[in-house]
Order: sequence, then C-alpha cells, then structure tokens
Amino acid sequence: MEWKLALPEITLAVSALIILVAGVLPKRDTSFGVTMAVLGALLLAGGLVLAQGEGSAFGGQYVADSFSTFMKLLCLAGAALGLILALDWNAKQGIARFEFPLLVLLATIGMMVMISANDLMSLYMGLELLSLPLYVLAAMDRDNGRSAEAGLKYFILGSLASGLLLYGSSLVYGFAGTTNFDRLADAFSAQQGISAGVVVGIVFIIAALAFKISAVPFHMWTPDVYEGAPTPVTAFFASAPKVAAVALLTRVLAGPFGDTVSQWQQVIVLAALGSMVLGALAAIGQRNIKRLMAYSSIGHIGFALMGLAVGGESGLRGVLVYMAIYLFMNLGTFAVLVAMRRNGRALEGIDDLAGLGRTDPAMALAMAVFMFSMAGVPPMAGFFGKLYVLLPAVEQGFWVLAVVGVLSSVVSAFYYLRVIKVMYFDAPAEAFDVRPASVSVVLAGTGLFTGFLFLFPAPLLAAARAAVVAILGAG
Amino acid sequence: MNAAGFPLLSLLTFLPLAGALIIMLVRGDEAVVASNARWTALWTSLIVFVLSLILWISFDKSTAAFQFEEKLDWLPDFGVGYHLGVDGISVLFVLLATALTPICILASWVSVTSRVREYMIAFLVLETMMVGMFVALDMMLFYIFFEGVLIPMFLIIGIWGGPRRVYAAYKFFLYTFLGSVLMLLAIIALWYATGTTDIPALMQFQVPVAWQPIIFLAFFASFAVKVPMWPVHTWLPDAHVEAPTAGSVILAGVLLKMGGYGFIRFSLPLLPQASADFAPFIFALSVIAVVYTSLVALAQQDMKKLIAYSSVAHMGIVTIGTFTFNQQGLEGALYQMLSHGVVAGALFLCVGVLYDREHTREIARYGGVAKILPAYALVFMLFTMASIALPGTAGFPGEFLVIVGAWAVSPWVALGAAMGMILGAAYMLYLYKRVAFGKITHEHLRGLADLSAREIVIFAPLVVLTLWMGIYPSSFTSFFSASVAALLQQHEAAMNVARLAGIN
Repeated sequence: MEWKLALPEITLAVSALIILVAGVLPKRDTSFGVTMAVLGALLLAGGLVLAQGEGSAFGGQYVADSFSTFMKLLCLAGAALGLILALDWNAKQGIARFEFPLLVLLATIGMMVMISANDLMSLYMGLELLSLPLYVLAAMDRDNGRSAEAGLKYFILGSLASGLLLYGSSLVYGFAGTTNFDRLADAFSAQQGISAGVVVGIVFIIAALAFKISAVPFHMWTPDVYEGAPTPVTAFFASAPKVAAVALLTRVLAGPFGDTVSQWQQVIVLAALGSMVLGALAAIGQRNIKRLMAYSSIGHIGFALMGLAVGGESGLRGVLVYMAIYLFMNLGTFAVLVAMRRNGRALEGIDDLAGLGRTDPAMALAMAVFMFSMAGVPPMAGFFGKLYVLLPAVEQGFWVLAVVGVLSSVVSAFYYLRVIKVMYFDAPAEAFDVRPASVSVVLAGTGLFTGFLFLFPAPLLAAARAAVVAILGAG
Repeated sequence: MNAAGFPLLSLLTFLPLAGALIIMLVRGDEAVVASNARWTALWTSLIVFVLSLILWISFDKSTAAFQFEEKLDWLPDFGVGYHLGVDGISVLFVLLATALTPICILASWVSVTSRVREYMIAFLVLETMMVGMFVALDMMLFYIFFEGVLIPMFLIIGIWGGPRRVYAAYKFFLYTFLGSVLMLLAIIALWYATGTTDIPALMQFQVPVAWQPIIFLAFFASFAVKVPMWPVHTWLPDAHVEAPTAGSVILAGVLLKMGGYGFIRFSLPLLPQASADFAPFIFALSVIAVVYTSLVALAQQDMKKLIAYSSVAHMGIVTIGTFTFNQQGLEGALYQMLSHGVVAGALFLCVGVLYDREHTREIARYGGVAKILPAYALVFMLFTMASIALPGTAGFPGEFLVIVGAWAVSPWVALGAAMGMILGAAYMLYLYKRVAFGKITHEHLRGLADLSAREIVIFAPLVVLTLWMGIYPSSFTSFFSASVAALLQQHEAAMNVARLAGIN
C-alpha cells in the first residue's frame, strides 16, 4: 500500500488531533503533559521516518527517498529541541499554554509534507501548513506588543510570499501543462528553449521560497520577527523551518527545474552574495542578540545558497551538511539565549552576557564554541560546513562566490568575537538565574556536536551524499 | 609504526589537551584550584618536553624523509587523512614549542593571579595547536591547527592583557583570520587539482605554472601576516604590548615561526616557479622591513614595543634567507627562526621581570638597573648581545648564513640584511644603556630584589641554549641540512623542467 510511505506524517497528524482533545478536556494546566506527548510523537515519527521505504505515493504527489529521510530527521530534531527549550521559558514567562507544542507539531507536519512534496500542489499545501502555525507562534505572547507586531508582520509578508508562490506555480502550470515534478523535469529536458512564462514562474517560486529562508532581498521581516517573537519561538523559526525550506528549494531547483539551471543560477548566485554580505555587515551594529542572530542566520543562508548555486552532487551535499551543522549550532546558541534571565526577567542585550565566563563557565564555554563555529574557525563544526560549500565552489570555478564568502566570514567573525569578548573580557555583571535542566541538556548535546564533529565527520557526509544522489537520480 | 615504537607525535600533540581536561575537572576553592592548575600544567608540559627529547635523540639526521610517521583515515572520500610526521625542517620547531611552554607556565607562576585555571587551560590548548601544526603532514590538518591557534591566543591577549587588550586581541584575530581564509581557498584549489591534501603526495605534484602566482599570493596573504612582513606587521606591536609576558614569549617564540615555516614547507616546494618569480618582491618587502622597523624600534619608549619591532626586523632576515634558494640562505633562515625563538622569548621574559616588580615598561622609568640587579643585568646583557648577533651567541650563525646566502643572489640584498645587524646593534645597545647603565635616577628602584630562584630556573635553560647555539651551531644545523639539500634539489629540478619547457 503506497499510503504507508506517508506513515510518519499520518501518525503525526493523528496524534496531533488526539493530543488536542486530550489537552482541552482537563480543567487544569496541561502544557507540560502535552509537550511530553508531542515530544513522544516526534520521536515516534523519527523512528517511522528511519524505517520508511522509498517510492512515491498519492498519484506522484508525495515522494519518500533518502533525501527526505535526511531532511525530515533534521526537522524533527530541530522541532524537538525547540520544544525542550520552550518548556521552562514559557512557564516562567506565563505563556505556557498547551497550544504551543501542538502548533509546533502541526508546523512539523507541514515541514515534512514540504520535504516530501513532489508536486507544486503538495508543495503549497505543506508550506501553508507550516506557515499558519508559525504566524500564531510568533504572536504567542499576545499581551506583549512586540510579539503581536511580529506575528502580524510575519503574517502579512508571509501571505504575500504565498501569493507569489501560487502565481508562479500557476504560470508554470499554464506553460508546462503539469504541476508534477517528474513530468515537469521531463518537459524541460525534452524542450529546446524555455518559454518566458516558465522563467517568470520559476522566478516567482524562487522569490517565495527565498522569503521563507530569509535570503536577500527578501529578508526584511527577519530581524523584526526574530526580535519580537518569544525567544524559544525564534529558536524554532531559525532552525527547523529554515532547514525544511532549504530542502524544498533544493528539491525544486535540482529536480523539476534542474534542466533550466542556466535560467535560475544567476538568481541564486546573487541571493547568495547578497545574503552573505548583508549578514556580515548589518549585524555589526546590533546590540540586541536576537537581532544579531537574525542577521547571522541571513549570512548562513547565503553560504547554503552558495552550495545550491554551484549545484551538482558536491554542491548539494555541501548544502545539506551546512544545514545540518547550522541547525545544531543555532539551537545551541538559542539555548544560551533562553537561559539569559536575571531575577525572573528575560534579557536580550549582548551586554547582558558580560562576564559569563566567570559567572557560568560551562555555558560561556558552550557559547564560545558556538560563536567560533559560526565564525568558521576550525576545528569547530561550522568550519567544516563552510569547507564543504567552498570546495565545490572552487571546483566549479565560482571564484567570486568563494572569495566573497570567505571575506564575509572574516567580517562576521568581528561580531561573533564581540559576544566572546563580552563574555570573557568584560567585568562580570550579576549572575543569571539558575539555568534550567532542559536548557543544559540542549546545550550539552549541541555543544558536543559542534565541538567534536571533526572527530567523526564520515557518517554525516555519507548520509548527505546518499540524500543528494536520491534527488539527482530522480531529476 | 615508527622509530619510537609508539605514536609519539600524537602523544606530543594531544597530551597537553589531556592536561587541560584534568585542570577543567579540578574542584575546590579558588586558591586550591589555582595551585592545582599551575602544577598540573607545569607537569604536563614538562612530560611533553621530556617526550619530545626522544625526537632529539632518535631523529635520523642523514635523511630528508619524513620520520615518526603516523597515518589514519579521516575523510577517505576526500583524500584527507590524519597524517603526522617530522622532517629536518619541522623537528626543531616541535622542540622549540615544547621547550618554551613550560618556561611560559613558570613565568606566569605569580604574575597571573586571576582565572589561573582558564589561563593554564589556554596555554595547554595552545601547545596542542602549535605542536600539531608543526607535525601535521596533511594540509587540512595543518590548516585546522594553524587556525586553531587563534582561539587560545585571542583569549590570552584579551583576558590577561594590558589596558588596550580588546583592541589588540581583535586586531590579532582578524588580521590573521583574513590571511588564513585566503590560504584556505588556495588549499582547496590544490586539493581539487590533485584529489589529496597529503603533503608528501602534493610534493610530487607539479602545480600548473599558470596557477602558481595566484596560489602563491593566497599562501603569501596568510604567511606574510603571520611572519609578519612589512606592511602587514602592524598587529604585532599591539599584540605584544598588550599580551601578558608569557603570551608575548609564545607569540614571538613560536607563532611568528609558523609563517616562516609555512613558506618553507608549502610555498617553496609546491610553487617553485612562483616562488622564484616573487623572490625580488619578497626581498624588497623584507629589506624595507629590516631597515624601517629597526628605525622605528630606535624611537620606542616602551620596552616591549621595541622588542616587538626588532622581531619584525629579525623575521625580515628570515624571509630574505628563505627566498635565496641556496643552502646557506635557507639554513640561515631556519637557524635564525630558532635562535629568534629563544632570544626574543628570553628578552620578553627580561622585560617581564622588570614589569613584575615595577608595573611599567616605559624605558624612562628605569636607569642604573645594573647596580641594583647585577644578576638580572648580566642575563639581560647576554640576550641583548644575542639579539645583536654577536659571534658566540645564538643570533650570529643565522644572520651570517643569511647574509652569505643573500650575497650569492645580490650584494644589495646582502647589504639590506647586514643593515639589520648594524641597526640592531644601535637600538638594542641604546635600550640596554638606558635601562641598565647610568645613574640611578629613580630612587625607589633601589628596593628591587634581584632574580628569584624561580626566575633563575626560567632563564638558565635559555642562557645555556643561547650560548650553545652560538658556540656549536652544527649540533642544530645537522638536523636540517639533509632536508634543506633535498628541498633545493627538488626546486632546481622543477626550475629545469620549466626552463626546458620554455626552450621547446
């Protein structure tokens, strides 16, 4: 039975409904229990993803291959770690509602549908299923003006992007006569010239997806939404949905539009260049660490897009490795941000980290590892992420991308170093509140991954390679 | 496995890390932790030093081949391996690094009082990175250690440095990082061209002549900053002035050598044509460095800054020697790096002795020190003379060989290098005169204590080494003669191939 291929998504959807009912019925606060149930569901889905077969289902709308396995596991891990971070934060902030884990769960289903989408229709469905819970999550702290503003801003701009996507899809459908990825790929490989309508459609689709991954020039919403949304929500935004959107972009560009590479390559090159440069320069002046992380994420997406622009097996493998490393070091950094709380009040200034090296050496060490990793200093994981996208860029002769990439990583090192400077060189401020155990767990896991990936890089590389072979073979 | 029968080089590289781990686990109140951290760090670095003596004893000097090799798969798909080994060029640098680390730890025994645990961890991590860099025989591995050095050094300057430490730490980090990322691109390009990053395998590979200049410049960007060569030397005086004494010692003693080592290990054998083509350019920069920074040193009011500028001048002589492509010049460059490592390190320690007592490095605040601290003045004088390259001290053989080698290339270059010796005598003697001789102008200096037992233990090995290197240089040159000869032979062969290709 081919529907069995979608068993992880079906399981998650069913458990979402059951957990929703179970969360509503009792009179008391059920947020902790619901979070645990959702974590269990995510774990179960992870197991099912691993055990999943390969093939396509639902009339070619849905595809399961090693690419989708790789990306889904990353998204599930990102969602689970984001939920763990939110546990303590939401309780202290007084926004511990049982809807929160459920919305994350629904968004995760959306991500998984996106990753497995093999048709413009299922792509759109997955993207909307992801986006709607995210709008609500951004405005979760509803009594806080900034949070409400972030939600509204995200909603309006997100709807615009969805509109662009639909319009682009309809153009592609109009000119190619199909929305199925496999048939689109056949159509474009057979055709000699590409009609202008298809090119416009592709550009619209790329623009909409660039919005979701906040690549320049569709990045404007990112700093405001990141700053306004509750910190664990920002942590979630910056990790799993980004991975899913990059996965989707990779599949769309490498699969159905793989033969029109000459049409879209320069768009991705420009987006990559712009993102890297903007991410490096605009972050320098930031005082709020969440805004800093927003610009940092733009810069990282630029690097991932470099791999996508270069394309080919090694370029796409670079994208996957980069996103995997980015996911974990980013969540680790946000774990520190979630723990920034003094006398019960959450803090967001970079200067609030002053003297962390003395007041909480373990957390400062982890944060230093993440910062050096983001700057791309070996032997941290971030260096290898950059290495595996620079390698294909040099191989294929994309010298401008490679040189701009390394120079922008030098510029961005400046602001990552500032975080380390504040933690270690400045006089200590008052210590933070005791770090919750949930944060410590995330910190330890992501810190060990980021710091020691260099010892055992082979499994990650092999998995990424298998994943890339799957989509390139299909395309 | 190798001559030692066990993975000696891995042990040398990672033992300090194990020591750092032990220090990290120490619990207790601050005084206990500090004392435990100091002793653990000292013992770890001493054990590493004793182990490194095995290299000194059982290194086979008659061959240019890599010895004590270790090889493990790391990223087999990419042709990247964990490959360690030493040849005549690198073996003495390993010893330099392992010898200076315990001295640095001892030198920080009382002067570092805050966050002792973190300080010792940083030094041990630094030792791992330094040793690893010199023994790495895989370019990726080399790069990781080369860059990894930045992390502990950034923290050492930034946490335990002087008033402008933040500025100096940033400048140090960003300058070197910028140079290094360009080198990374060059490494990737070579990697792509050959399918491997194994250094011995790369040596067999002829890099296309058209590529060589651009790859050379990328390597140059990194190594020239590290050496440092004029005009990218400006990070060095800042870093030296702000770093704590031991940080300056390691910076001058080992980290600057990473640039010179890089030129000899990579630029010369991998890019022979480009190295030959760029040699006049390097000579020009080096001669400017020698003359200009010597003059700048003459005008300094701060002792550390003066020695920092003198380091730039001395390293200029190293780069001249490196690009002469003859036996004397290259051996002179290597010798100069080793002797500068010992002598400049010792001079920074001398400044540290005064700084620990008076908390100023301003030359004008001293005078007549020789009457108050006779033992100290004697030691300081020996290292001053060695820095001037007085025959019979460590500085002489290196500079002399470089001048001889440079003469074979062009008398003008030799003149430039010789200017370094003359001006060096001027600024060092001027420094020594102002600090040690003359009337005691500041009465409160009379109360200063002469060298303590700990300080004598620090200086004794450096004094012995300085005299040994000056009086019997062949016990050191014998290590690298064979390797240098092989390097030159290979260079000559590559140039001949190019010439023949030019004729056809």
